[in-house]
Amino acid sequence: MSEALRKPWLSLQRQREATSFGLWVFLATEAMFFAAAILAYGFYRTLFPGPFVAAARESAIGYGTANTAILLTSSLFMAAGAEAARAGLRRMALRCLLLTILLGAAFLVVKGFEYAKDIGEGLMPGPFFRLDVPRAQFFWSFYWVATGVHAVHLAVGMVATGTLLLQAWWRSRSLASPAFEAVALYWHFVDAVWVLLFALIYLPGRS
Amino acid sequence: MSATSIWERVIPVWLALMALLGITVFGAYQPVGTFNLLLALGIAVAKIALVALFFMRLREPDPLLRLAAGAAGLWILFLFSLSFVDLLTRPAPSQPGVVTPRSEAPPARAEGSRAF
Repeated sequence: MSEALRKPWLSLQRQREATSFGLWVFLATEAMFFAAAILAYGFYRTLFPGPFVAAARESAIGYGTANTAILLTSSLFMAAGAEAARAGLRRMALRCLLLTILLGAAFLVVKGFEYAKDIGEGLMPGPFFRLDVPRAQFFWSFYWVATGVHAVHLAVGMVATGTLLLQAWWRSRSLASPAFEAVALYWHFVDAVWVLLFALIYLPGRS
Repeated sequence: MSATSIWERVIPVWLALMALLGITVFGAYQPVGTFNLLLALGIAVAKIALVALFFMRLREPDPLLRLAAGAAGLWILFLFSLSFVDLLTRPAPSQPGVVTPRSEAPPARAEGSRAF
């Protein structure tokens, strides 16, 4: 079992604080990055409310809701896994991290089915776009960019979590390492972004 | 800390999140006009707050982390408020997407100080 404390920190407590702070600063930049895309959505939805609602009605709310539930549950296991690692509960931490990765993979699989359905229904902006509502392509451009970037973030989170899982499995990283808390923060952030995207993409135009 | 005490802390948060998800999907199908958007955004914010406070541990009094999270929120507030102040107060002809027809008259001849 390797030592959790790294240079230049004098105590694990300080290292933990520095790790969380660094991660939060990174998440602040990420939040502003996603905010720019969501601002564009808000801008165009204000200008063209009717077409946006009509375009949003075409989104697959079944897949979207299932994916929201999957991601919220993955956050549950990630939170429990990070706490377990901190408490030194090895088996629980490993199981929870594995479940988190599996749920992340399930999200991407569902997303893949949804993308296939969207492409089959002609919802990819471009020459084969099906909806003849003017400006509906604005909504679907946002859909592809926002969900695509989100899926990339989730895949990065899965790789990071998988790395920590293997390191903990091989005992090359101590469970006291602040890295578990750091990757958990990132995972929860990606979850929170999805919660907002879900409200903007799937919910309008249902009533 | 034991496994049971960890689950006892995180499962109630997860149950609340799933309940909010159910409410927001149910609410989306109710014909209540503009209130649909408010409900969807309000519940999204409530879910994000639950995740941030409990899963991301912002509930714990750590000023450094709250500062970093708050800074992001403040700058996003600037971004949205300044953009929407511009969008919502412009007269219709200067809104993006509005095309004003070009005048048929030939451009005025440059004379006097305009010639420079």
